[in-house]
Amino acid sequence: MALYFFTPFIAIILTILGGGIIFYILGFNPIEALKFYFLTPISNLYGLSELLLKATPLCLIAIGLSFCFKSNNWNIGAEGQLTFGAIVGGGVALLFYNQEGFYILPLIIIAGAIGGMIFALIPAILKTYFNTNEILVSLMLVYVSKLLLDYLVVGPWSNPEGFNFPETRQFSDSSRMPLLFEGLRIHAGIFLALAAVMLSWFVLYKTYLGFKIKVSGLSLKTAKYAGFKGKTMILVVFMISGACAGLAGVGEITGPIGQLHRMISPDYGFTAIIVAFLGRLNPFGIIFASLVVALTYLGAETAQIFLQIPKYTGQVFQGMILFFLLASDYLLFFKVKILSLKKNELRH
Amino acid sequence: MSLDISFIGILIGSIMASSVPLILAASGELITERSGVLNLGVEGMMIIGAISGFALMVITDNLFIAVVGSMLSGVIISIIFGFLTQSLLTNHVATGLALTIFGIGLSAMLGKNFVGIPGKEFPILFSSLKESIPFFGPILFGHSIVLYFAFALPFLTNFFLKKTKLGLVVRAVGDSPVSASNQGINVILVRYCCILYGGAMCGLAGAYLSLIYTPQWIENMTAGRGWIALALVVFATWSPIKVLIGALIFGGITILQLHMQAIGFRIPVQFLSALPYLMTIIVLVVISRDSRKIKLNTPTSLGRIFYKEK
Repeated sequence: MALYFFTPFIAIILTILGGGIIFYILGFNPIEALKFYFLTPISNLYGLSELLLKATPLCLIAIGLSFCFKSNNWNIGAEGQLTFGAIVGGGVALLFYNQEGFYILPLIIIAGAIGGMIFALIPAILKTYFNTNEILVSLMLVYVSKLLLDYLVVGPWSNPEGFNFPETRQFSDSSRMPLLFEGLRIHAGIFLALAAVMLSWFVLYKTYLGFKIKVSGLSLKTAKYAGFKGKTMILVVFMISGACAGLAGVGEITGPIGQLHRMISPDYGFTAIIVAFLGRLNPFGIIFASLVVALTYLGAETAQIFLQIPKYTGQVFQGMILFFLLASDYLLFFKVKILSLKKNELRH
Repeated sequence: MSLDISFIGILIGSIMASSVPLILAASGELITERSGVLNLGVEGMMIIGAISGFALMVITDNLFIAVVGSMLSGVIISIIFGFLTQSLLTNHVATGLALTIFGIGLSAMLGKNFVGIPGKEFPILFSSLKESIPFFGPILFGHSIVLYFAFALPFLTNFFLKKTKLGLVVRAVGDSPVSASNQGINVILVRYCCILYGGAMCGLAGAYLSLIYTPQWIENMTAGRGWIALALVVFATWSPIKVLIGALIFGGITILQLHMQAIGFRIPVQFLSALPYLMTIIVLVVISRDSRKIKLNTPTSLGRIFYKEK
């Protein structure tokens, strides 16, 4: 069990080493490059705030995904649920674009969560009633939602005074997440993420629902034998997951962005899958993992400025983390095998 | 704009050209999936093929080396996926996603010095016939050799799966790895081969984009075609000939949007772009409801981990 939570650290170390090798091949001093990548971005207060800013959506989405993954439901369309949540939440924000009031932000947040939830229900309902593969449906819907957003910001929702830029009006001040510190971009959305962590810990480890989710993940047959209703549970975990992704979406548009445009998320929905795995589907593990993965985003931006390498390098690190993590799971598997062998030997 | 017959010929020709990367990648992925392996890394393997093909073309100035090299690079990157899923028994979905994310990042890193370099003209076959025959000319002639290969590939794949012993082995491994293994088939080896073949085809699909279709290197230039190819395999219900038809439909939608944009048609282009994805979902629902239909071609063990107890 200790090894189970230890291997993510091995994966991170191997990723850093692998990154060093890649930097070396590309002709950079690996130590220098890694320093720019992993230390420079968080060496000041602004950097730390940016780290938390990027970790917030990752953490929120990954918490939601952990419900799905724990119960063996492969929702990989969180990016789509984020986008649709942002569309619904953003729509509400645009309704109030010239109004102020304390009730506006809560309305947007609720709308975003419901939006994400509805969008996640599509693969869930198709899975429960038509037996379709949720991996493919949720994935296809990512592109549908992104195209819908594209249509809205270019067409009906585009800013009438915006010179045909593909973006909506700026949201009113009441539609924006309150900033935590003057001059930093970190906003109140982080409390949503922390609340999600606490709630998910409570639900997963202290309630009957959490027990059912875990049992279904370990063995579907056992869950059926125990009389757990599989269909309702699939719907519930997808709704939780979609709501979290939708919250992440509204967090972005009411936080740092302040309007709708094409690029509201640098694939947070996909990267959060890595976060969920790296955090071992454990709420507190996910906090840690979201910080690590957020650093790869930040590092890529810093490296782009200082080393003139494309910011896509962040994805090289993200991919490597998941590769190494999955590979190191083999160690666990292997260990289980050795242990079970020993038990057999004892018996005979 | 007049819709005369020669224009329609040219239109069909361009639809064929735009469907080539989809046919190649989807045919490769189809073999991989028929062996029971779900590789979501298509987009990543394609983009790696695109950059390595283009880079090799610039470095060696030899298109043959570039095309072969792109396929090899697809193979190399798919080895990562094969090793993880087959030897280390990792989850197919997570590993494939990691491959796509990794591939997009790595290609941008490798391609840093190749942005803005003009491509080389790829030789086309029968260019004189293209001009001289009015309607069929642009459809049948004046294409690159890769296009002809792509259009033959679904038929070859169909023949391979249905008429050859090896094809039967691949299907057996995909449908029931345990029985296949009991028959003495090396399931892991077969799956490795299918994964590497899929990698080679995705690499070629990428090279088609960077060497022939739009001869240059742009970051993220596959632009989601890998995901459409994945959708296409499902849309075609794992049948190679239907892959060809589906690719022409999906390719046609792409070309259609360009023309509709040009003539200022009413339907927003985004709705047309969303059609391939929506159609795939509908097909999924239809085939999944009817268990007989899905049993026909769907590899039963798709995405499940297989290991042999020793």
